Amino acid sequence: MEHYDAIVIGGGLVGSAIAYGLARAGLKAALLDEGDVAFRASRGNFGLVWVQSKGDGAPHYQRWTRQSADEWPALAEELLSKTGIAVGHHRPGGLHLCLDEAELAARHAMMERMRTQSGNFGFDYRMLDRRELADLLPGLGPAVIGASWTPYDGHANPLNLLHALHKGFVEKGGRHIPNSTVTEATAASGDFRVRAAGGEIGAAKIVLAAGLGNAALAPRFGLSAPVKPLKGQILVTERACETLPLPLTTIRQTAEGTIMLGDSQEDAGFDTSQRPAVMQTIARRAVLAFPWLRDLQIVRAWAALRVMPPDGLPIYDQSERFPGAFTANCHSGVTLAGAHANLLAPMVAAGMLDPTLEPFSARRLDVPAAV
Amino acid sequence: MFRPRSEARRPSVAVTVEGRRIAVPVGASAAAAVLAAGFDSIRETAGGRERMPFCMMGVCFDCLVEIDDVPNRQSCMVEVRDGMRIRRQIGARRTHPVAG
Repeated sequence: MEHYDAIVIGGGLVGSAIAYGLARAGLKAALLDEGDVAFRASRGNFGLVWVQSKGDGAPHYQRWTRQSADEWPALAEELLSKTGIAVGHHRPGGLHLCLDEAELAARHAMMERMRTQSGNFGFDYRMLDRRELADLLPGLGPAVIGASWTPYDGHANPLNLLHALHKGFVEKGGRHIPNSTVTEATAASGDFRVRAAGGEIGAAKIVLAAGLGNAALAPRFGLSAPVKPLKGQILVTERACETLPLPLTTIRQTAEGTIMLGDSQEDAGFDTSQRPAVMQTIARRAVLAFPWLRDLQIVRAWAALRVMPPDGLPIYDQSERFPGAFTANCHSGVTLAGAHANLLAPMVAAGMLDPTLEPFSARRLDVPAAV
Repeated sequence: MFRPRSEARRPSVAVTVEGRRIAVPVGASAAAAVLAAGFDSIRETAGGRERMPFCMMGVCFDCLVEIDDVPNRQSCMVEVRDGMRIRRQIGARRTHPVAG
């Protein structure tokens, strides 16, 4: 049996970012990657590195997200120099458009709550009126009346990020094991064994980052990860000259020129089929924001499943019963990649999660339902 | 580089490729018209690389052209019509944002 310092289960963005950070810290690490038969949110996501709407009522989440966005430039630069892969990170700030007075008032109230909740950490935002927006965004539709803006938001190419993390992990001595669905796992403190792809490997530490698969895996390690799928659909236009200078919550133009439209949310179980009614709604709202989008052809569209904890916040835990076993779950594998590689991985390597991550423990969800 | 097969139908549909007049058979694709007109490339990618039609069956998107002022059309999937104006697609298409 091959022995490692750490095994990471899950080769998506969460697992790959942590595995990369572990290998960089000098651990001998194995990354078990189920492959493209997995639901793998990492190949279907929108590509925002997004801060402004994360953590209303949960300042620890707001802070963690901001920290991750702050780690992003260093991570992107490091991945470029170590792997030669540009992950296309840009941080020009981001906008959330509002189409009527009620939306705008609700958005303003939320941004102000988040500023208050941020305390000393601070939260810079601005509400822009239509005139300011029209100067910033060419061809803004008459339906848009205002927007919220923060300087923290940005975007990146998520497929390049996944590729770069895998390549960087291997170059730092990690072993990437593709097409390896975990079939058996046994836990003893400091001695974890996993059977996958026909072989057994063991390690003193194990990180469960299997996305939706964590729900079934976690209990075997004395942990809990009650995550559920939340479907999102995305439409992609043909490539166009650079027109949008910064990303919006539901619309962004990639470095290559395509314009991505998205952000639907459907509770549809493990179904990844596309529904024309939802696609129509995405397209209609996009054209309300920018009528010139009407001329562009849609060249691709897909549905993918977000990994959603019951309260929408990430889950990070170390097992009390089997120390050395960790969970990491979230629906923002792109945004949180900076934190996972640069902040969380060193904690796992050191064998202890920072106390500031305590509120992310799944124990918060162990509340008996009201009768 | 390309020439019509000896049994090809008579070239009876008149189109222009980059303003150059050329006749091709009924049922030919716009991509075939560009090839018949003798161009070295049918488009330049957004990254500035030259491309020729490749799969000729609607899959690879390498044969994008502007047809009658509509950019980024898959020319292998478009049948020629009399008077069709075909232009090479140079880079990403333009957008037309109008002040609202």
